[in-house]
Amino acid sequence: MSAGRGLRPLVDDHEILVCTGSGGVGKTTTAAVLALEGARLGRKACVVTIDPAKRLADALGLEGLTNVPSQIDGPWSGELWALMLDTKSTFDALVTKHSTDAGQAEGILENRFYRNISGALSGTQEYMAMEKLYELHEEHDFDLIVVDTPPTRNALDFLEAPRRLTRFLDHRLYRILMAPTKGLVKAVNVAAQAFLRTVSKVVGSEAVADAIAFFQAFDGMEQGFKERAEHVLELLTHDRTAFVLVTAPRHDVVAEATFFARKLAEADIPVKALIVNRVHPRFTDAPADALRERARTFAGTDLGGLYENLADFALVASREEDNLRGLTERVAPAPVVRVPFLRTDVHDVEGLARVAGHLFDDDR
Amino acid sequence: MDPAQFFQAARVVIVAGKGGVGKTAVTATMARAAALSGLSTLVIEVEGKSGLASLYGQPPFDYDEVVLSKGGGHHGAADVRARALTSDDALIEYLEDHGMSRISKRLAASGAIDMVSTAAPGIKDILLLGKVKQLEVARAADLIVLDAPAAGHAISFLRSPRGLMDAVRVGPINAQAADVLAMLTDPARCQVVLVTLPEETPVNELVETAYSLEDEVGLALGPVVVNSIYPDVVGLERDPTEAAAEAGAFLHPGEAEALRTAAHFRRDRMALQAEQLERLGDLLPLPQLRLPYVFAADLGPDDLAVLADAMLDGIRALPDLVGGTP
Repeated sequence: MSAGRGLRPLVDDHEILVCTGSGGVGKTTTAAVLALEGARLGRKACVVTIDPAKRLADALGLEGLTNVPSQIDGPWSGELWALMLDTKSTFDALVTKHSTDAGQAEGILENRFYRNISGALSGTQEYMAMEKLYELHEEHDFDLIVVDTPPTRNALDFLEAPRRLTRFLDHRLYRILMAPTKGLVKAVNVAAQAFLRTVSKVVGSEAVADAIAFFQAFDGMEQGFKERAEHVLELLTHDRTAFVLVTAPRHDVVAEATFFARKLAEADIPVKALIVNRVHPRFTDAPADALRERARTFAGTDLGGLYENLADFALVASREEDNLRGLTERVAPAPVVRVPFLRTDVHDVEGLARVAGHLFDDDR
Repeated sequence: MDPAQFFQAARVVIVAGKGGVGKTAVTATMARAAALSGLSTLVIEVEGKSGLASLYGQPPFDYDEVVLSKGGGHHGAADVRARALTSDDALIEYLEDHGMSRISKRLAASGAIDMVSTAAPGIKDILLLGKVKQLEVARAADLIVLDAPAAGHAISFLRSPRGLMDAVRVGPINAQAADVLAMLTDPARCQVVLVTLPEETPVNELVETAYSLEDEVGLALGPVVVNSIYPDVVGLERDPTEAAAEAGAFLHPGEAEALRTAAHFRRDRMALQAEQLERLGDLLPLPQLRLPYVFAADLGPDDLAVLADAMLDGIRALPDLVGGTP
């Protein structure tokens, strides 16, 4: 059971923990448990969730988490803070921060194209999660920030998110749109106009007009955005930042987690801990086949049913271990912690403490 | 209710649910059950690498249509076919169909699709749904089963036509969005089947999603599929030592304890599941189709057969009005 204690350094030695994994595996709860542990150890901890289902609010018994940290009182020596990411207002704040004057900010915030980007560009949520993380790290004095990432299908989305907008700004089309103000030769402009006409045919000329207005308003702000994005990436790859992979033992979920682990490795980011939620208990070491055979021998009796049931769970337990083998080897030497199926869902601090008992291997 | 009649209630069924609830297995099951009822069925995937093909014992598929299971046999089953759609493919096809094949190559090559989809968010979704609508209009199959995107994306995916009609007020995309919306909101053409697990958080999320799809998008909801319900087995209440004595069996040391704790675990979880099923019924007045938890190594064609039978049994037990508008 030393694996459990193995998570203590995770909370002790890092300033930022990023919980990653597919949807529905208990990432939000895990993030809350890690932050709570930080507070229990006397640190000033903050958990950031981006889950639209407001599950963290449930887990903390808090109604209406907002985009700024709010403190949660409880019997711990440190402090526990929480916030729910609001993608749009985070983006708005970023625009305001980088604007040269109020007029420029206003022009952008009211632009329809901008409103579309800030609400719907794929990767914006991930980008803003990382932006919020950076803001919290720079502007507040938290000792520990735990981020719950969006349940993204593409493992690299959140790593690439900060680069996304800047790449977007480097895009040829952006430069074409900006060409009239940058004084490029007329030939380029003619080609651009032809291209825009065809794009207009698809999305309508209003949308294109909005886009042009947006980029003109945005002019001069790109540099600030790019620098900021670089800082965010530095923070994510810093050695005081740790990535925690959260999964469930089901085959398809493990396959996604493995994909995640591989992508992180490619980005030179080690997985510092693997947390497996919802693991079935192992009731016996007897092989499922032998138990199934016993069930057949006693078919029709209560004993037959009892063997049938034991065989079912023996099968599930061995299957779960098979599923996890390759992943645990891949993330080694990161500690692996298995959290069993819980009797009830976690929606209060006591529930978080029960999960913490499994993660940090003690009775509480 | 007669399964064939049930599956004819709408030509497109969109299977939606949060990650981890077994949405893909339910999509596969529904397609198999419909085919067993004699309806030719086309499965459409929009997110790639779902593992759906392996449930049919088939290799993964992509944009080109494949046959997952051949019809025939003494049940008179129909074919199950499948294909995966991507928004890039759909956009190129769309542009080519609309006399813009020159721009289509340029858009794809320059990566400007991202740009275009930012100018009009939801455009990728509308292209996918537009393709589904095209297949529906062309009657590509008696039933089209669409495996909707997972996680929170399902709602924004299905909400995209309304959003897009606001953002792009004229032109072919606007017309496309209007056509898709007409399909989504016509219960004879399209229904949504929501999938959940008999657990607290998934039930809460399902209820939230159900009301938001009905109220905000105007979608018709079919029955809810509750996945992974522990099947009952006999003897769970019995003391293993007594049960062994009764059966004239000898138990190895420690075996009675293993049998007892495992039985207790299952009883416990079954009680929790029953509670959640009841809660779901109270919160959401929709019929439920319940599918068993399959205790097996990775799901394959045999398990799919078990699940399809369970779904067909559930459908036969539904009252006749379900699926139509009462």
